[in-house]
Amino acid sequence: MLLSYREALNQAMREEMRRDPRIFLIGEEVGYYQGAFKVTKGFVEEFGPQRVVDTPITEAGFTGLAIGAAMAGLHPIVELMTMNFGIVALDQIVNNAAKIRYMSGGQLSVPLVIRGPGSAAHQLGAQHSQSLEAWFCHVPGLKVVAPATPHDAKGLLKSAIRDKNPVIFIEAQLLYGTKGEVTEGDYTIPLGQAEVKRTGADVTVVAYSKMLLVALEAAEQLSREGVDVEVIDPRTLKPLDLDTIVTSVKKTGRLVIVEEGWRFCGLGAQIAESIYSAAFDSLDGPIIRVTGEDVPIPYSRPLEDAAIPDVPRVVAAVKTVCGVA
Amino acid sequence: MTHMDKADLLGLYRQMLLIRRFEEKSAEMYALAKIAGFLHLYIGEEAIAVGAIAALRPDDYAISAYRDHGHCLARGSDPNKVMAELFGKATGLCQGKGGSMHLVDLSKRFMGGYAIVGGHIPLATGLAFTTKYQKQDLVTVCFFGEGAVPSGQAHEAFNLAALWKLPVIFICENNRYGMGTPVQRAVALYENVAEAARSYGIAAERVDGMDVLAVRSLMHRVVDQVRAGHGPFFIEAMTYRFMGHSMADPSHGHYRSKDEVEEHRKRDPLTLLRETMLSQARCDEADFKQLEREIGEVVTAAVKFADESPFPDPASLYADVMVED
Repeated sequence: MLLSYREALNQAMREEMRRDPRIFLIGEEVGYYQGAFKVTKGFVEEFGPQRVVDTPITEAGFTGLAIGAAMAGLHPIVELMTMNFGIVALDQIVNNAAKIRYMSGGQLSVPLVIRGPGSAAHQLGAQHSQSLEAWFCHVPGLKVVAPATPHDAKGLLKSAIRDKNPVIFIEAQLLYGTKGEVTEGDYTIPLGQAEVKRTGADVTVVAYSKMLLVALEAAEQLSREGVDVEVIDPRTLKPLDLDTIVTSVKKTGRLVIVEEGWRFCGLGAQIAESIYSAAFDSLDGPIIRVTGEDVPIPYSRPLEDAAIPDVPRVVAAVKTVCGVA
Repeated sequence: MTHMDKADLLGLYRQMLLIRRFEEKSAEMYALAKIAGFLHLYIGEEAIAVGAIAALRPDDYAISAYRDHGHCLARGSDPNKVMAELFGKATGLCQGKGGSMHLVDLSKRFMGGYAIVGGHIPLATGLAFTTKYQKQDLVTVCFFGEGAVPSGQAHEAFNLAALWKLPVIFICENNRYGMGTPVQRAVALYENVAEAARSYGIAAERVDGMDVLAVRSLMHRVVDQVRAGHGPFFIEAMTYRFMGHSMADPSHGHYRSKDEVEEHRKRDPLTLLRETMLSQARCDEADFKQLEREIGEVVTAAVKFADESPFPDPASLYADVMVED
């Protein structure tokens, strides 16, 4: 079935909420407005305002409330209008959601999904364009997921909802309208499982969320120039499926990591370190990272374009790592 | 004249005495380096935890900030396990992973002590949201100091609680100092901090937090009302911290005078109850001697238990970071 990413998320939540009355949705404009990006279209009509809870603009407050509800046995899905607003709730996410299980010696748990779009869209300015996944990945006690395709979005969101831990589920505004084949009915994709999105022999490219689309386009272009690129989508950023990347690197001997987030202390730095530790001898040369620039994302179109990885930059990186001019 | 119920008052006194002697012993153990980290004593404030919790059912929820020994003990937690947690032992309530500020006892519905000021107040609204969602007639009691009242998270939580008529009782233990800063230098409406809650339409009352009977009596009324679904309530319990902010702070410090502390000590909550018991409940010195002996044994046993318990095995370091399937 051909579905948009937005529809796939909608289906995942709808099916899960039908299955389990402990699941409720909470966030700004999730109900009568139908979601700021229409991901929750039809929810309040089907499930009622008790389970589709519109909130005031108080991310710390309602995220904390959801964490408390999870501690008491409910399974909340928190929609952040954008992941940027998660910064306002960061105390709740880092100090409570991520730690309560551990601090209580395993007595309490926080089965919770916090989802919403991350990364830049069309010229939204510095405060609405951030890729913060590395922040969340840094914190023990959280799982972090960032699907790129409608099929992955549905299967991973279902797994996230069924998980017993707090899961940060990062979507992308520019992905909501993208379409893809989605398996019909109930299915899940396990968290922590990467997927080889394109097989190739010469070089491995790791990319996630909307950078996967950039990487696949670059791979297509490179294939016309005789470079055979393998593209891997980790899909879950934490826990990271290192084995799949290692297997690929052992085959290709070369690795490029693409991420939209800032370069310094970015997720790619961690992936590179992990690969150097696990597969140094298999590498024919240094790992190359293609990242966002270390600037607040600017508004003006040419400046915004300059700040974010694109196909030419990925192509150039692959050529460099392969020693092709 | 009608006499008060002796057994009832002995029960209250016993709990307050347990907290007092337990904490005096904790201070000794801190001096002996058996307890490390931060240790915030509740001495002087016992009437609030004991009076408030006496009005709860065992299945109601309680949650607290970092000065949490009193609430945990009043909820009925095993003093051995509490002391062992302070000692960082494997037999502690949280297997040594929480410590003084993060006691949790799920078996007593004590949902934890939290050490980011104001950060646990949204959690309390989540516990209350859950009981309402599940149509249970339970209440949640949330303890915090007056230092948390001006925090943004407190206000977000007050608003959500009022907006959704959540069955939560906010108990502000106004001990007049947030660490070393007096309330009049921290809260704009310092003469009536309950205005913070009233401004959201939450009913509020002030009570003498040194008088356990007054606290309990108010709580009985408030709990009935909140349990019946009339929305949240805010209690400002006037009290005083006899000791320093933590063990790192001498009992009166530079920010308050010794005379001031001595003046408040004249209204020691244990002394006040004791006088009532002697004059109105046919108690005599022998009753108090007996209680002192009993509690002395409990506290000695707790120290012995904690001291003789093993430290956690370093192999348990990663246990309970995540819930494993």
